[in-house]
Amino acid sequence: MTIRGIDGAKSLLRSMWMVFMHAFHRRETVLYPEEKPKLPARWRGRIVLTRDPDGQERCVACYLCSSACPVSCIALQATEDETGRRYPEFFRINFSRCIFCGMCEEACPTNSIQLTPDFEMSEYNRQNLVYEKEHLLISGTGKYPDYNFYRVAGLAIGGKDKGEAENESPPVDVRGLGL
Amino acid sequence: MNAVFYIAAAVAVVSTVMVVTRANAVYALMYLIVSLLSVALIFFVLGAPFIAALEVIIYAGAIMVLFVFTIMMLNLGPKAVHQESQWLSGRMWIGPSILVAVLIGEMLYVLWGGEHPVEGRHIVEPREVSLALFGPYIMIVELSSMLLLGGLVAAYHLGRRVRGDVKEPKS
Amino acid sequence: MSGILWHLANVAGVLGVLLTLAGALIMVERRLLALWQDRYGPNRVGPFGLLQVAADMIKIFTKEDWIPPFSDKPVFIIAPCIIMGTVLMSFAVIPFAPAVGVADLDIGLLFFLGMSSLGVYSVALAGWSSNNKYALLGGLRATAQMLSYEVFMALSLMGVVMLAGSFNLRTIVNAQQHMWFCIPQFLGLVVFTVAGIAETHRVPFDLPEAESELVAGFHSEYSGMKFGMFFVGEYLAITLISALIVTLFFGGWQGPILPPLVWFALKTAVLICGFVLLRASLPRLRYDQLMSFGWKIMLPVALLNLLITGAIVVARH
Repeated sequence: MTIRGIDGAKSLLRSMWMVFMHAFHRRETVLYPEEKPKLPARWRGRIVLTRDPDGQERCVACYLCSSACPVSCIALQATEDETGRRYPEFFRINFSRCIFCGMCEEACPTNSIQLTPDFEMSEYNRQNLVYEKEHLLISGTGKYPDYNFYRVAGLAIGGKDKGEAENESPPVDVRGLGL
Repeated sequence: MNAVFYIAAAVAVVSTVMVVTRANAVYALMYLIVSLLSVALIFFVLGAPFIAALEVIIYAGAIMVLFVFTIMMLNLGPKAVHQESQWLSGRMWIGPSILVAVLIGEMLYVLWGGEHPVEGRHIVEPREVSLALFGPYIMIVELSSMLLLGGLVAAYHLGRRVRGDVKEPKS
Repeated sequence: MSGILWHLANVAGVLGVLLTLAGALIMVERRLLALWQDRYGPNRVGPFGLLQVAADMIKIFTKEDWIPPFSDKPVFIIAPCIIMGTVLMSFAVIPFAPAVGVADLDIGLLFFLGMSSLGVYSVALAGWSSNNKYALLGGLRATAQMLSYEVFMALSLMGVVMLAGSFNLRTIVNAQQHMWFCIPQFLGLVVFTVAGIAETHRVPFDLPEAESELVAGFHSEYSGMKFGMFFVGEYLAITLISALIVTLFFGGWQGPILPPLVWFALKTAVLICGFVLLRASLPRLRYDQLMSFGWKIMLPVALLNLLITGAIVVARH
C-alpha cells in the first residue's frame, strides 16, 4: 500500500517534470499566414479546368464529373462549335458545397478537371464561392503537360480530319474493294 | 454595532418565517441558510467571532449542504410543491402561532422588563473558547467525542460491504 | 479620516487587481498550456496575444445570456453569484503585505474555511436549478467532493495554527520569520494543496465538469456572463488557494531585498503556474478513486500530521 503510494507519487512527479521540460522543446505549430505550409503535389484543393498543350479547352462537356460529384456541386451545359468540337457553354462549381473528394478528377476522361494544392479560397460573401468557367479555366495544362485528347481521339474537329490522330490509320473505304 | 445587530436580527426573523412558509423545499433551505448566516453575524457582533465562524462552517457550510444534497437526490417535482402548499394552508398555523406568541412574549419581557445579561461586551477569543472546552468542560468534550466515534463506527458498519454479498455491476 | 481612505483604497485595489488578474489568468493558462504542449497558444491579438484578455471579455459580455425555460430561474441566477461572492470575500483576510490587506480578523483562517464551505452551494444549486440530468450529476459530484475534501482541508491547516498559536493570518506570517512552515508542516502542505485543487475542482479533480462524461457538469446550461462568473470564480479560487498556500506555508510576504508585496506576488504566481502544470500533465481521477483517496489516504495523513504537530508543540512547552 505504502510502496504503491510512493511509486504513484513518484510517477506523478516524473510526468509533471517531463511536461515541464517541454517548455524547452521546439514548438510544432506552423505560424500559418506568415509561414505557408508545404502541401503535397496531389493535395486535393481548388478545382481548375485545364487546356490542351495547343491552348484550347480540354473539357468535352461529357457530364461525367457532374454525375460523379457526390454533393452535386458541378453544373454545366454542353455545346458544339461549327466544326463539331464539344465544349461547355457554362461550367459552374459551387465551392460552398464542394467537399474536395476528387471524384470529378477521377471521372474526367480528358484530364480536364483537376484538383490543385491551393486551399486559400475563403470569402466573406457566400455567393462569391460559386465559380464560373472564367474563374475555373487556367491557361496551362496542369498535371498532364503532353496530353491532348483530340490528338488521340478519332473524332474529326476543326484542323484535324478523320485518320489524322496519333496512332490512327487513314479511314478504310468500306464500299471499295479493299485492294 | 447596534444597527448591525438589529439588521441581522431582522434578516434572521424574516428569513426564518420564509423557511416555514415556503412550499418548495430548496427555497426553504436557502432561506434557512440565510437565517443561519445572519445568526452567525449576530454572534460576531455580540463578541463571539469563533462561534460565528463555527456556525458558518458547520451549520451553514456542512449540515445544510447535506440537506440540499439529499433534496437534490430526491428530485422533487412540481407535484411535491403543490402537496406542500396544500399542507401549509388553513388551520395548520394555529398551534405553532400560539407557541411562537408565547416565546415572543417571553422575549419582550426579557428585553424590556428583565435585566440585561450581556452588558459589558468583551470579545471571546478562540483561545478562551478552547481553554474553557479543555478546562472545566473537558468531560463533556470527551463524552461528545465518544458519541461521535460511536456514530462513525455505526456508519462504517452500515456502509460496510461483505465480500460476495453484493455483486459489483460489470462495467 | 485618512485611515478610512487607506482602507477604502485597500478594498478597491484588492478588488481591482483580483478581477483583472482573473481575466488575465485565462490567457496565462492558455499560453502556459500551449508552452508545455509545444504549441503557441493565443498570440495574435495585440503584442504577444496580450489583448486576448480584452477580446475574451468583450465576447463573454456580449454573448446571449440564455436562461433555460425549464430551469428554476431565481436559483439559477443566484448560483454563479455565490461562487464569485464567497471567493472574493475570502480574499478579505489574506495579508498581501504588512500594510496591504482588507481585514485583520482574529479568526481569519476560519473565515476562509467558512467561505469555502459556502461556495459549495454555488455548484450544488447550479446543478439543481438547471433541471438537467448532466448538470445535476455534476452538481452532486461537486458537492460530495467539496464536502469531503473540506474536512481534511481544515484538519491540515490546524498544524499551522498550532505552530503559530493563532487563526490570524498576519500572526501566522509573522511566526514564519525564522522558518517557513513548509518544512515542519510538509505533510500539511501536501494535504492542503491536494484539498485546494479539489476545492477549485481543477484537473486532476475536475470530475464535476468532466467534459467527456458530463458535458460541462454543473454549468452545462449556463451561457454568457453567468458562465463567465463560474469561469472567473474558478480562476479567482486558484489565486486564492495559491495565495493561502503562500501565506500559510511559504512565509507570505517575507523575503530578502525585494519589497514584500512583490515577494507575495512572485510566490503566488509560481504556485498558479504549478496549478497549470498540474492541468497540463495529470489525467482525471475516477469518482470512486477520488473519494477513497480522500477518505482513506488524505484524512489519515491529515490526522497523523495533527497528532505529531500536537505532540511536538506540547513537548516544547
